[in-house]
Amino acid sequence: MNALKTNVVLDAKGLACPMPIVKTKKAMKELESGQVIEVQATDKGSKADLQAWAKSSGHQYLGTLEEGEVLKHYLRKSSNEETIEKNHPNVSNNEEFEKKLVANENIVVLDVREAAEFAFDHIPNAISIPLGDLDERSSELNKEDEIFVVCRTGSRSDLAAQKLTEKGFSKVINVVPGMSQWSGITTSIES
Amino acid sequence: MTVNAMSVKEVTKKIVNKDELFILDVRNEDDFKDWKIEGENFEHFNIPYFELLDGVEGIMDEIPANKELLVVCAKEGSSVMVAEMLSEEGLTASYLPGGMKAWSEHLEPVKVGNVNDGGEIYQFVRIGKGCLSYMVVSNGEAALIDATRMTDIYLEFAESIGAKITHVFDTHLHADHISGGRKIVEETNATYWLPPKDATEVTFDYAPLEGGNVVTIGNTAIDIHALYSPGHTIGSTSFVVDGQFLLSGDILFIDSIGRPDLAGMAEDWVGDLRESLYSRYRELSEELVVLPAHFMIIDELNDDGSVSEKLGTLFAKNHGLTIEDENEFRKLVTENLPPQPNAYQEIRETNMGKVNPEEEKQREMEIGPNRCAVR
Repeated sequence: MNALKTNVVLDAKGLACPMPIVKTKKAMKELESGQVIEVQATDKGSKADLQAWAKSSGHQYLGTLEEGEVLKHYLRKSSNEETIEKNHPNVSNNEEFEKKLVANENIVVLDVREAAEFAFDHIPNAISIPLGDLDERSSELNKEDEIFVVCRTGSRSDLAAQKLTEKGFSKVINVVPGMSQWSGITTSIES
Repeated sequence: MTVNAMSVKEVTKKIVNKDELFILDVRNEDDFKDWKIEGENFEHFNIPYFELLDGVEGIMDEIPANKELLVVCAKEGSSVMVAEMLSEEGLTASYLPGGMKAWSEHLEPVKVGNVNDGGEIYQFVRIGKGCLSYMVVSNGEAALIDATRMTDIYLEFAESIGAKITHVFDTHLHADHISGGRKIVEETNATYWLPPKDATEVTFDYAPLEGGNVVTIGNTAIDIHALYSPGHTIGSTSFVVDGQFLLSGDILFIDSIGRPDLAGMAEDWVGDLRESLYSRYRELSEELVVLPAHFMIIDELNDDGSVSEKLGTLFAKNHGLTIEDENEFRKLVTENLPPQPNAYQEIRETNMGKVNPEEEKQREMEIGPNRCAVR
């Protein structure tokens, strides 16, 4: 399995509770909002504890991969992206978007969240290009396609939709709110 | 400043003595809700350790100044950290070495009676989980009933009283804890007795224990008389030891009765449970001292920390034994059942020998209360 791309990898292997969380908390302070950290730990209790800690501290717990004795936990630093104003005019809500997906219309789903966010929970057949990589990878997309852009809350996908429009894509629709409220089918690296 | 260790043995003593203790439990909220250290005069406050990384100032108001203070976590590390922080704030705080893991594994041996010709019967109280196991000793031989996976404790205890374990029994296929029977048999060459109806899927050799079997311990004959009493499982078997003690397994407890649903057979087994409790047990002497395989609440402990009661008293007081109406009984044991024990299917498969998880995994499977009863 390819490693999931993250901003920081923290080695907490061999450390017993409370150290994995003490170290994660410290490392999280150094991150910018929205960045992703991989925490490697061998303490079995670290999964439940990191999940609960993330919930209480407002960070996103994305998921855990087990590789032998090592647990790789993925977390994303809290961000206030929900409150950012959205500017892309062509918008769809989750329900309309889901109807189109189910109707199997010829649409492309572009997921612009970070690789680890995508890995643990995404719409089947969605294309993963994190927002930060979009400039260099937009050539992978076809300008004539109808492209639905999703992220967690609709903010990053708003920026991505604007970017694509500037580049000459004509049928770009931002899905709001996106994955945080998504009730349709998803798939995960774990399944 | 230094902090003190308060061993699981000391905490057990406080429960038996009904001492006061304030427990600051720094595990996750879900873990705390599921299972905690309980004592009649124990008070609790739960806040996960990771909420305290920046300091304990925020919880100082929650902690009474005049009570002994114990910090508890899952394994130990976080409780030491929090106890040290409290100590820096001027409080005297202890931590629990080994945490809830050690609490779950602690066994306290209590002598519950004498049997024929100088023999003795001991109850091993697994205080943190409510499991009870037994050792019957006579003339240098010992029988072990419903052993837990902490097998060293029995082996060392038997050695300390100069006895050799020759027979090992399980009253039924357990679903709430991992049996130590097989491991002890491997180390001692004792005979492993299991009720055959619970053992149809086991992957190892055993001696089939049928109702009416009598096994003799020591050369002066302490009889262990097997009494088929299905209901919690289809094979559940009780033992009458030396005509004095009724080891009731998971059929009858002090303040509750067994649940018939842990193998997914509630509807089928409820009739068996009724017959065992209301017919087969009725034919026994009311003078028998009931020694169950579990207790559920700390109130069931006697003053010496043991768990036992005369059968006649239970017929009068245990509300699971005083339900005349069969439908009402059926309702009690099939509806509104408590949640099933954690990992109970995996535990059953382990006890059948189908899977062999590592010790750390076994520990994890057993975490939590036993939940074998309906009340």
